[in-house]
Amino acid sequence: MINIEIDGKLVETQRGSTVMDAAHKAGVYIPHFCYHKKLSISANCRMCLVEVEKAPKPLPACATPAADGMKVHTHSEMAVKAQKGVMEFLLINHPLDCPICDQGGECQLQDIAMGYGGGASRYSEEKRVVNPKEIGELISTKEMSRCIQCTRCVRFGQEIAGIMELGMANRSEQAQIMSFVNSSVDSELSGNMIDLCPVGALTSKPFRYTARSWELSRRKSVSPHDGLGSNLAVHVKDNKVVRVVPVENEAINECWISDKDRFSYEGLNSAERLTRPMIKQGGQWIEVEWAAALEYVANGLKQLGNSAGAEQIAALATAHSTFEELYLLQKLMRGLGSGNVDFRLRQSDFSADGKLSGAPWLGMPVADINACDRFLVVGSFLRKDQPLLAQRIRQAVKLGANANIVHSADDDLLMPVANKAIVAPADFVNTLAQILKALATVKQVALTADVSQVEVSDAAAKIAASLASGSKVAVLLGNFAQQHPQAAQIASLAEQIAALCDGKFGFLGEAANSVGGYLAGAVPFAGSVHGMNAQQMLEKPRKAYLLLNVEPELDMHNPQLAMSAMKSADMVVCLSAYKHHGMDYADVMLPVAPFTETSGTFVNTEGRAQSFKGAVKPLGDARPAWKVLRVLGNLLDVPGFEFDSSEAARDEGLNTAAIADKLNNHMGETKLDVTVAGSGLQRVSDVPIYSADALVRRAASLQKTHDAATPCVMLNGSELQKLGIQSGDNARVTQGDASVVLTVQVNDQLPQGAVRIAAGHPATAALGAMFGTITVERA
Amino acid sequence: MLSAHIQDQINRELKKYPVDQKQSAVMSALRFVQDEKGWIATDDMADIAAFLGMPQMAVYEVATFYHMYNLKPMGKTTLTVCTNLSCTLCGAEDTVAYLKSKLGIGFNEVTADGKYGMREGECMGACKDAPLMTINNKKLCGRLTNDKIDHILAELDKS
Repeated sequence: MINIEIDGKLVETQRGSTVMDAAHKAGVYIPHFCYHKKLSISANCRMCLVEVEKAPKPLPACATPAADGMKVHTHSEMAVKAQKGVMEFLLINHPLDCPICDQGGECQLQDIAMGYGGGASRYSEEKRVVNPKEIGELISTKEMSRCIQCTRCVRFGQEIAGIMELGMANRSEQAQIMSFVNSSVDSELSGNMIDLCPVGALTSKPFRYTARSWELSRRKSVSPHDGLGSNLAVHVKDNKVVRVVPVENEAINECWISDKDRFSYEGLNSAERLTRPMIKQGGQWIEVEWAAALEYVANGLKQLGNSAGAEQIAALATAHSTFEELYLLQKLMRGLGSGNVDFRLRQSDFSADGKLSGAPWLGMPVADINACDRFLVVGSFLRKDQPLLAQRIRQAVKLGANANIVHSADDDLLMPVANKAIVAPADFVNTLAQILKALATVKQVALTADVSQVEVSDAAAKIAASLASGSKVAVLLGNFAQQHPQAAQIASLAEQIAALCDGKFGFLGEAANSVGGYLAGAVPFAGSVHGMNAQQMLEKPRKAYLLLNVEPELDMHNPQLAMSAMKSADMVVCLSAYKHHGMDYADVMLPVAPFTETSGTFVNTEGRAQSFKGAVKPLGDARPAWKVLRVLGNLLDVPGFEFDSSEAARDEGLNTAAIADKLNNHMGETKLDVTVAGSGLQRVSDVPIYSADALVRRAASLQKTHDAATPCVMLNGSELQKLGIQSGDNARVTQGDASVVLTVQVNDQLPQGAVRIAAGHPATAALGAMFGTITVERA
Repeated sequence: MLSAHIQDQINRELKKYPVDQKQSAVMSALRFVQDEKGWIATDDMADIAAFLGMPQMAVYEVATFYHMYNLKPMGKTTLTVCTNLSCTLCGAEDTVAYLKSKLGIGFNEVTADGKYGMREGECMGACKDAPLMTINNKKLCGRLTNDKIDHILAELDKS
């Protein structure tokens, strides 16, 4: 530690830190544009010039290392003169028309010009003009003339997003920010560049010119999408959400959010919103009052329960529902005498049910990911499924960690990957067994699991060697591994691998409440009444289904099975924010509020419960789902439904202080089946980032991005050759009793025998399970 | 696609740099492409990016930053005339005017027969020979007079 004096204040700061860091510690503000604590230092804006005693000229605080005994003045004559000069220089080419700029009112340049600039400019010549470039549907560069060349957006791409999509072309007066030959910016974190831009050069395309910053109310909220639970500020104007920006939380999302978190709000204002309760009578949908609709549902469920038995009633909910909703749903079901409740809609292997020691979770705090030095990521479309967790792993890799991958697809993770085993889904268990065996050999320990007959491949040996050489190992299971038909075996092997290297073993949460759902007891094996899991409820069709935020053809592991169950049911009740496909088969549509219109709680993948309030009033007659479920409970005479707030429901279901005791990834013994796949094509399914939940599916701008393109069917080149199909042709893909025609794309990174087809998308919703055999033929 | 010759040249260049610092060869790679094709198309930049494992935009940044890369066809022979201070003091304006009248083209233009292109250059660090120009960024011609320019062009016409 060294001592440094800033504006007369003595501060102790770390050796190697900069004057800017020290000033921050001392609580002294130094104006800056290009400096950002999460990005590398570039020192090109010169706004942070300060006077350092004994230095002949002003020095940039962001790039000057603090030295022992250094005396810094940020308001001395020299510093003020430098700041005024830089400010005048930066404003030479910057249009001075703040009143018509989208950034006006929340602009760093505007603020700092007010605080540190002179009153007038001596420059009266023409300003330069930069032609706007088209860089995609999310970011507008219409006002590129406002750019001050701080290069924050460029550094963000290189360092945080992992891909340099924007750069500074040309030089000196012609220098300008652009993408390569007008290509679009496709990073799943690209929206952060809008926040980073200290001027109005990069603005949000969906938001720009819809509101001025001072007209907006800012309400804190939590992302309902992936398992991270990013902290959000929802900006509201006239009871309408017009923008979402991050709230800094170093332990979770740092100062970033993914584009999904940022732009999904457009779905809140979608024309597809369900705003009135509806009942289908004689094949016609009619709008009714809430009382009538709820009465109808209660009567229907009561009659069915009496005549066919409560076990004929089933409830499915997405893990994007709040804790309170999930808790009340399972309480209602169990009150009716049915344990048929589940939120794990894309899961297919439920053999671990009853053997789990607790709720599967990340196995460590999110922030600890950065400190790990070896990763084994099993079955994860990491960048698309958990964009910001991928970013944390990227930062760890940058500091020297090794990333090892076991997966069925080899998508670019935008980070160096040390070793990878890209295998067909059916070879997952075998591959993990190989790694376990190789690791046991390295560590010279005996194994309880029987892996004697597996043959260790080169890739597995390398992964084992990498893991064995680490001191902080993390073995993480992605969405794909959790949806896998042998998920329990995969988890068991992963747990043993982690144990052998003294590492952490965790599940990457697919959705906002992937942990919360377990804690709420929205699983068939919790509580007093046990029942069927999500798959059983469809395989043995029930007479009545309660769907909470579920679109069965998009949210379920096997949409074919789900749809046939829905169509054959006597009664389907949809609690949904949207008029979705359910209009075809449901009997009642109840409009419930999305996350901005209700209070609730999400328990994220590290087991952190985050409660939030509604940001706006529910649209039309929509009501928070917890209220709807409460009234249903009352109408059905289920005891214990007297809550007058969502907090009361939460406090009954969740002891936030004791969550840690309920998180446990340990699983009872699982029998291993290490046989390798036979012949035939197997489906590999990802859930595209902008198809994962009901809200994002209706976010107009996100739906225009490359990530939301209609899915193709992808195969390895040699498989295509066998089938006699060319890349770019159409192919008929058949699974179960349905087939769809999709464009073929060659993808040589896919393993032999694998056919990659996205799930969760209308174009593939007619197909069956996300895994399993599939046929592809020329269309 | 980069030609086999260019790839060979780049591979040779790569030996000068650490294995994980392949992007160090980007300036040479751009030069090789220009030597062969006379100019560098964005497709070539994309190929270089793929060859060196660096972002396309990073190649574009380098190619647009430096003055000696032709980003459009500049004829068989590119004449780059320095118009910085020393050359201007020694008569660069006359040189430019003579070249313009002789070739019938201005800066960043190419003669109809595709033989000559003319560019405005920055200081070439040889002010003692001002006014000067380069031929294809390779050969420096100093102390230019109208006679000397006639001579140089006549030589070039022959080749």
